[in-house]
Amino acid sequence: MFDNLSDRLEGAFKSLTGDNKITEINVATSLKEIRRALVAADVNYKIAKEFTDKVKEKALGTENVLKAVKPGQLMVKIVQDELTELMGGQSVGINAKGDPAVILIAGLQGSGKTTFSGKLAKFLQEKRKQKVLLTACDVYRPAAIDQLTVLAGQVGADIYKEPENKNPVEIALKAIEHARQKKYDVVIVDTAGRLSVDEKMMQEISDVRQAISPHETLFVVDSMTGQDAVNTAKVFNDRIDYDGVVLTKLDGDTRGGAALSVKYTVGKPIKFVSTGEKMDALDVFHPDRMAQRILGMGDIISFVERA
Amino acid sequence: QKTKEGFFNKLGRAVAGKDRVDEEVLDELENVLIASDVGLDTTIKIIERIEARVAQDRYLNTSELNHILRDEIVNLLAEQNNEDFDDYVLPTTERPAIILVVGVNGVGKTTTIGKLAHQFQQRGHKVVLGAADTFRAAAVDQLGIWAQRVGCEFYSKGMNTDPAAVAFETVQYAKKNDCSVAIIDTAGRLHTKFNLMKELSKIKRSVTKAMPGAPHQVLLVLDATTGQNAIEQAKAFTEATEVNSLALTKLDGTAKGGVAIGITDQFQVPIRYIGVGEGIEHLQVFNKRAFVDSLFGDTF
Ligand SMILES: Nc1nc2c(ncn2[C@@H]2O[C@H](COP(=O)(O)OP(=O)(O)OP(=O)(O)O)[C@@H](O)[C@H]2O)c(=O)[nH]1
Ligand SMILES: Nc1nc2c(ncn2[C@@H]2O[C@H](COP(=O)(O)OP(=O)(O)OP(=O)(O)O)[C@@H](O)[C@H]2O)c(=O)[nH]1
Ligand SMILES: [Mg+2]
Ligand SMILES: [Mg+2]
Repeated sequence: MFDNLSDRLEGAFKSLTGDNKITEINVATSLKEIRRALVAADVNYKIAKEFTDKVKEKALGTENVLKAVKPGQLMVKIVQDELTELMGGQSVGINAKGDPAVILIAGLQGSGKTTFSGKLAKFLQEKRKQKVLLTACDVYRPAAIDQLTVLAGQVGADIYKEPENKNPVEIALKAIEHARQKKYDVVIVDTAGRLSVDEKMMQEISDVRQAISPHETLFVVDSMTGQDAVNTAKVFNDRIDYDGVVLTKLDGDTRGGAALSVKYTVGKPIKFVSTGEKMDALDVFHPDRMAQRILGMGDIISFVERA
Repeated sequence: QKTKEGFFNKLGRAVAGKDRVDEEVLDELENVLIASDVGLDTTIKIIERIEARVAQDRYLNTSELNHILRDEIVNLLAEQNNEDFDDYVLPTTERPAIILVVGVNGVGKTTTIGKLAHQFQQRGHKVVLGAADTFRAAAVDQLGIWAQRVGCEFYSKGMNTDPAAVAFETVQYAKKNDCSVAIIDTAGRLHTKFNLMKELSKIKRSVTKAMPGAPHQVLLVLDATTGQNAIEQAKAFTEATEVNSLALTKLDGTAKGGVAIGITDQFQVPIRYIGVGEGIEHLQVFNKRAFVDSLFGDTF
């Protein structure tokens, strides 16, 4: 159902010009095609509009498009460059230095927080040789603590849990104290999923953040999210001022336009992408690949599940 | 909350002070639909229908637009989804009725099963939950806790066992123990993973082997927060398991789940249930009119 954007743009230019003459009208038509492609990729429609306005300025400003032999391709290049730049230029690492370093994980229900917590523990242990303590602060979801316990076992990390305690602030504080005494390098705090409109739960996460002053707060987003991504990213950012974003479930065929929406709305860098259920399915973020993917021109193979 | 209101106020403004449905009103309408994840194709279809009515009835004014729009979308849903159920009914008169629950990762399958079991149990049915997600960490424990909450039967062979065998034996358990319904949980899987989708087809076949004609309902769970990818999900799961009903979860959030309109439009699979929270009571039987009303709010 997703045509290749290049083809669509070539078509847009050809259809309006009997004689290869490129006019502002064709540029407008192709912008509409680009906008549609972005919306079909789940980019927020307002952002798609702002983005194409910017592209238009650029395209007409340079007058390149009007003179180009293959204006469609040139448009694609401009779009791709702009998008890549917008996605963040280059990847940004996380701050896992502290005594211990504290990393807080937050996001909507089912976005992949607990799975990511396990993966991050593995990543820090293997890549940075750090000693990691996972902390179970989801006191609501049935078997949430068991789930994190299993993952901790799989990656060979320790876990701090208090099955009887229903107060995530207390659990997190005690975990950090425990980590300090036992000389852990990093504490990863997994929290319950919550909706941005759930005031009680949003207050809870903001209380946790205040109490533990994390070195790094990460917001986990499902890459299949639709138009609502903007809203959620913004509310979470207002409440917990996160440092970076984790994009999950990119091993499927979603175009992942939510990534653009989030980046555009809050301006926080995307730091990791999650590409599978297994503990090693974690990658650092590549802006250029993401830009191509949103436009439907990505090399899907680079996202294909590892064996 | 704020965003929601702001949004509909905007449509309200575009409509207010106008006595005709014009280009601007239709543009705003298109935005509302897109922002609800309805998707381009279905949005265009809806707008064209409205345009046709505007052209036909030249005196159509904006106050009528509200009703016409809702009617058109309800009609669109009704084309594939003609009967709204008023209550929780088992998908067949055969006993045990077998429900197989499928979907991508983290959409709310296990939670929906817990809530649905509760509703059936409340109506006097004897329910068994089958733990055929033997893969995701603590998946069996999670479903077991739900069974306890509901106070229903639970069948499991533990983690890392063959899910098709669990499904088969759950049906046998249901028969032997006079259960009226068995609900089988499966591991979340992305619809693009060939082997995992094949495994799902196998699970379904083993249910049929245990009881010809079963599963009577294959329930695809979709997260209302999901955008256009939900359409690909519906396509692939329908191919692998002949999905015949949908549940739309997390409608208690700000996402409006408009993608469900496109899916009913394109796949002829009716929406049966909606999830509106994490608690045991947070499931509702789907109602077209109520869903469309919630899509637009009452500001316009
Ligand atoms: N395919 C795929 N599945 C993933 C990925 N990340 C997480 N999952 C799966 O998504 C589902 C939800 O993941 P969780 O880690 O439990 O999500 P969560 O955010 O902790 O969920 P709650 O605690 O309930 O809010 C599980 O089935 C995970 O295995 C990913 O990158 N790819
Ligand atoms: N707010 C809200 N949360 C929900 C709803 N349904 C499920 N959830 C939450 O979403 C998260 C994932 O739910 P699960 O039932 O574990 O999802 P699943 O599809 O079984 O996940 P996997 O088995 O890992 O693929 C949990 O935190 C649930 O509490 C709903 O209707 N509203
Ligand atoms: Mg979790
Ligand atoms: Mg589950």
